[in-house]
Amino acid sequence: MKNKKTGEYYCLGIESTADDFSIGISTFKGEILANIISAYIPEKGGIHPREAARHHAEVASQVLEEAFRKSGLKPRDLLVIAFSQGPGLGPCLRTGATVARALASYLNLPLVGVNHCIAHIEIGKLTKRVKDPVTLYVSGGNTIVSAFDLGRYRVFGETLDIALGNCLDSFAIEAGLRQSHGMPFGAMVEKLARKGKKLIPLPYTVKGMDTSFSGLLTAAVNLLKKGEHKLEDLCYSLQETAFSMVTEVTERALAHTEKKEVLLTGGVAANKRLQSMVEAIAEEHNAKFCVVPSEFAVDNGAMIAWTGVLAYKSGLVTPIEKSFVKLKWRLDEVEVPWVK
Amino acid sequence: MGEMKTFLMKKGAEASLYLSDWHGRKVVLKKRLAKKYRPKILDEQIRIYRTIHEPQLMHEAKRAGVPTPTIFLVDIKNATIIMEFIEGKQVKQLLSETSKGERESLCLKIGKLIGRLHENGIIHGDLTTSNMILTREGKIFFVDFGLGEKSKELEARGVDLHLMKRALQSTHFRFAEECFNAIIRGYAKVMGSETAKNILEKIREIEQRGRYVAERKGEL
Repeated sequence: MKNKKTGEYYCLGIESTADDFSIGISTFKGEILANIISAYIPEKGGIHPREAARHHAEVASQVLEEAFRKSGLKPRDLLVIAFSQGPGLGPCLRTGATVARALASYLNLPLVGVNHCIAHIEIGKLTKRVKDPVTLYVSGGNTIVSAFDLGRYRVFGETLDIALGNCLDSFAIEAGLRQSHGMPFGAMVEKLARKGKKLIPLPYTVKGMDTSFSGLLTAAVNLLKKGEHKLEDLCYSLQETAFSMVTEVTERALAHTEKKEVLLTGGVAANKRLQSMVEAIAEEHNAKFCVVPSEFAVDNGAMIAWTGVLAYKSGLVTPIEKSFVKLKWRLDEVEVPWVK
Repeated sequence: MGEMKTFLMKKGAEASLYLSDWHGRKVVLKKRLAKKYRPKILDEQIRIYRTIHEPQLMHEAKRAGVPTPTIFLVDIKNATIIMEFIEGKQVKQLLSETSKGERESLCLKIGKLIGRLHENGIIHGDLTTSNMILTREGKIFFVDFGLGEKSKELEARGVDLHLMKRALQSTHFRFAEECFNAIIRGYAKVMGSETAKNILEKIREIEQRGRYVAERKGEL
């Protein structure tokens, strides 16, 4: 309901598509009051969906309390509960959806299922004051070049196989690197790459506006196992090749759509080298370049809360019986009536 | 190249296209510009590779009966190709302006041309409606073979047509389906219905390979 003191409405958003469990709270005007993120870090290897889901279930109540504490709100202050309905890992999504359904029924509030990829774009637009960008969204699970056209965010380019972040992470795991809090695999590869000097030829695969990273990963891992090259040089070459590919397709989407803004988001957006590459093409096409701040570029609840606000204001709600999670929900399947 | 009037026609992502005059002929200069964002070695490799391969594929496409601009000069050092200027209209524009019937016959023709390319082991690599030009005589010219390759594999053919489908969905989504179906019908006329069926099957598989597609097995 409307807060009597502030005259504001609030939406709480739950994000749990992959290894992060997060709850954010946004006002209907787009002020982010809380964005609490709890990352699941596996002992070794990549994300095990069931283990990640167990982490989410364990931390959920703690994260929820923390979000209320941070925002200074009480559960009764809320007007809408939003949750990440997909795409993502089944067990993880289901955990978040369960928390969302429980909250909505207990507080008797409307539920809004949000597309995770659209939320990444919307929070970027909100925090960077961008109106109509070409978005490069690169993370562990997604590699998408998207822009709005006639009612939907269209996919101009995407990966034909694995995601860019997945490629970097898998390489790091093969190289025996260990991630820790504040130091994800991507950051470790970036750090090593900075010391690399020699560009080792690796497969460069651009097909139309799509990319493919699986061959690149295999080639890099094979070279790693041969042990003839320095790890620094391999990281450097892997980054340069992979980033050149996504930058090339982003530039093509930019030239094609003639939009005047470029938004870089997702976990890999934190990489300085990628930032500089994408910035260069934005400059060349006289477009404004924006990187979404890290807190809102990684998977986070604030983006779900804010997109929940946008959807709810457009009259979209998700009845509980239709709130099943959608593991492979593409962003171009979703109508976005709030974008003009 | 001496004195001539040269106008920038289109600044694409990969190359700039200049309209120019070359020995009395109206030509297009396609110059692949250096990209500062990527390492110099990689940049040169990519640009030189594409400058050499594009004219080769265009030439082979022509031999396969697919209209492409005639190549006049390839300047590898400057990553520049000089080719015939094709007077006509981009299929991209036409599709949105024309009637349903016209659209269908246009897409049937396009499908046949793609079939001829594939039949001769040519993969275009960037099948979009902006890379097709319809002339007044009714010929459809294919341009922009920079991302093309030689292959007769089902996989390569499948990806090629998948890209065509995706291009239709992102720029002409209102009639993407009818257009693609017509393209496949045209394609089947050249390649045979058996191959076309296999290709459609392959496209489905490619679509399901992406991480998030609704029809992927085991979903829901």
